[in-house]
Amino acid sequence: MADWYTNFANSGVGTTLTKQLGLPRPGVLRRYEPGDPLLEGPAVVGSAGQGRLRDTVTAVLKDAGVTVLSPVVADGDATGEKLGAVILDATGVAGPADLAAAHDFLAPAIKRLRANGRVVILTDPPAGADSPAQAAARQAVDGLTRSIGKELRDGSTANALYVPEGAESGVAGPLAFFLSGRSAYVDGQGVTLAAADVPATQDAEKPLAGKVAVVTGAARGIGASIADVMARDGAHVVAVDIPAAGDSLAAVANRIGGTALQLDITAPDAAQRLVEHLRERHGGVDVVVHNAGITRDKLLVNMDAARWNSVMAVNLQAQLDITQALLDSDVLNPGARVVCVSSQSGIAGNRGQTNYAASKAGVIGMVRAWAPAFAERGATINAVAPGFIVTEMTAKMPFGTREVGARLNSLQQGGLPVDVAETIAWLSQPTSAGVNGQTVRVCGQSLLGA
Amino acid sequence: MADTSTPATRTAAIVGGNRIPFARSNTAYAQASNQDMLTATLDGLVARFGLQGEQVGEVVAGAVLKHARDFNLTRESVLGSTLAASTPAYDIQQACGTGLEAAILVANKIALGQIESGIAGGVDTTSDAPLAVGDDLRRVLISLNSAKTLGDRLKALSRIRPGQLVPDMPRNAEPRTGLAMGDHAAITAKEWEIGREEQDELAVRSHQNMAAAYDRGFFDDLVTPYLGLTRDNNLRPDSSVEKLAKLKPVFGKGEGATMTAANSTPLTDGASAVLLASDEWAAAKGLPVLAHLVDAQTAAVDYVHGGEGLLMAPAYAVPVMLARNGLTLQDFDFYEIHEAFASTVLSTMKAWEDPAFCKEKLGLDAPLGSIDRSKLNVNGSSLAAGHPFAATGGRIVASLAKMLHEAGPGKRGLISVCAAGGQGVVAILES
Repeated sequence: MADWYTNFANSGVGTTLTKQLGLPRPGVLRRYEPGDPLLEGPAVVGSAGQGRLRDTVTAVLKDAGVTVLSPVVADGDATGEKLGAVILDATGVAGPADLAAAHDFLAPAIKRLRANGRVVILTDPPAGADSPAQAAARQAVDGLTRSIGKELRDGSTANALYVPEGAESGVAGPLAFFLSGRSAYVDGQGVTLAAADVPATQDAEKPLAGKVAVVTGAARGIGASIADVMARDGAHVVAVDIPAAGDSLAAVANRIGGTALQLDITAPDAAQRLVEHLRERHGGVDVVVHNAGITRDKLLVNMDAARWNSVMAVNLQAQLDITQALLDSDVLNPGARVVCVSSQSGIAGNRGQTNYAASKAGVIGMVRAWAPAFAERGATINAVAPGFIVTEMTAKMPFGTREVGARLNSLQQGGLPVDVAETIAWLSQPTSAGVNGQTVRVCGQSLLGA
Repeated sequence: MADTSTPATRTAAIVGGNRIPFARSNTAYAQASNQDMLTATLDGLVARFGLQGEQVGEVVAGAVLKHARDFNLTRESVLGSTLAASTPAYDIQQACGTGLEAAILVANKIALGQIESGIAGGVDTTSDAPLAVGDDLRRVLISLNSAKTLGDRLKALSRIRPGQLVPDMPRNAEPRTGLAMGDHAAITAKEWEIGREEQDELAVRSHQNMAAAYDRGFFDDLVTPYLGLTRDNNLRPDSSVEKLAKLKPVFGKGEGATMTAANSTPLTDGASAVLLASDEWAAAKGLPVLAHLVDAQTAAVDYVHGGEGLLMAPAYAVPVMLARNGLTLQDFDFYEIHEAFASTVLSTMKAWEDPAFCKEKLGLDAPLGSIDRSKLNVNGSSLAAGHPFAATGGRIVASLAKMLHEAGPGKRGLISVCAAGGQGVVAILES
């Protein structure tokens, strides 16, 4: 599903025209392929205040074979080697005054950022600050990151990582995600870590090797893409979809060497059947992706009960029921990962989607509420909220609506199903143990709900 | 009276099955070939059990109506599927008994330890039926092909007549009697005094049972949609005896005719496949064992000169198998009697209840007796699903195995399938 405008804007004539007319110039995003390096160029690491994460960050970069350069000084050589990433450790900020160092470090460095570069800022969560001044400085990172995201061009992104005391061991996985091509369409986001038992390493090429992953709604669209990426990363995928979609479901399962399970997740015995299937066939499950979802759009005043109820049943109640059944069963393996698909509509709301937006907002509340119980088992539950993702569904939208919808974000293009899938696969990794109860938007820093 | 001289062999496990929804002739699958349907069915089975790239011991399947080009139908379907290309395959054909016979053959090889796993299947299309040229034209074309000179060729061509261009249509008729199978069944129905109402009731129950089974998700892991069809399109959940009573008979003649389009199976397209294995193979793959195929029997009757009904052979096969296993007809939790025609099921059951038939024809001291009708075809059968000849056996084996598994260990089911040519194939499954 090629984005014709992105292709045009990056063609010879298109480049000239879009520049002269001041039209959006979406970059061709760097998307992960197995074997890709973490970054396409060297990285610089800087600090604001007496940060505690520089060594951790440097180690992640060096382990991945990235060259780490000394910080670029403000009046330094702006024409030097282009940078793949600019990383700021702002865990030491005590007050707004310390942020001047952030500016001093970031401004000249970002000037040298190459296309599809990465900016990552790490700080502590504002909530745990010792003083209002410290909370203010930490919160300032949020506005700083988001604004950098909006200033960057050519597929570059800026994201923040909030690292409380004791959660340092969880930095490597999320940092590598933000730097890699897996996070191509994740921009302007913040992820807050929690202290957890995080494995020091994982198989770089097959981080999900040996895992059993359930993906609902896997017959097509984003679900099929999730199944693809999970299988690529080494998981055995149990692809679930309604019986009526069984033929495309079988095709997905056969493509990735997984298995197909035809199941209506809203059936009264669905959760039990899934649990029994996982016990009988696989002895347990490591990853559950609640992706199945439906839309039944109508303005609230015109919406009948059937539309409301069916959307709630599939998008929210089934996720609750199945997750609860898994928690009550003996099939949820230690270190399990549950990833729930929410939506930008659940954050921003959307005209004609009261039912859908309510269900998707509910998912965000659900993962937040369940996170402590999952943490007790060494497991995690998180959500992803896709923005404008180019699918068969959006292909049917009117041209104008679609084109405007696709451009209303910092990357000036719609995302692809694989972008959502990569984020879900990352949350499913062993080294994502410190990410729990979070909702990660995959929206290219959409203007909606931001 | 188990035969203790039988060497101790293992019995084959039924792991599961897959079929595509069955479609009435010239509807959803009008453009699909046997190979298309069988390949899709194998791929659905592969997806269900994660057999991509796997070499199973053998794939055995067949079709009753077959094009000449489909001489290696099953092997070609395997090559087009996601199974390993190194999986051997062969075709069989025993009319409507093809699917069950394929399962028996695979099960026997597993029991003998010759293979550890296998797939039994069947497929038929009456939409994409093979048309042949008539014998006259065929002979002309053969001599044309072998002609060496232009003169010989022209001579051969000159023998072509317009009348020869009418193709030979495959017919659902017995070659030795010229009677349609339904007409044969009508004779048997009359002999056994099977009434119209009881046939219609059996048909209605088949539709209702199958619709209910679909509704509660029974077929979720037995059927994979195909070409836009998600359920058998012959299925009429709202079928009723009142509606069926309005239909005119299509088989049999005159006043006493009872067989209608509703209490007879329609021409149908479809395919099915069953995965069988040794217990060890299934366990190693983490796959379930739904049931075991314990025993099987075939029989044939002389319907041409012997005065027996064309479709009555299962009535003879079952008592032989029961005796070998020391069982009575009542020792079963489920009965799957293929509904070629409602009257066939009723005639067969009536024969087993009849002291004279059981004594004179079967040589038994006492009748086999009646079966509990609440255990008969509980999830519907061919009157509801339709009957793509070679695919029916696989449909029944997989469904019955699942029923037995759901009912718990130690349950027993009987399968009875009648076939053209006066043959019958029967089997026992146990959970």
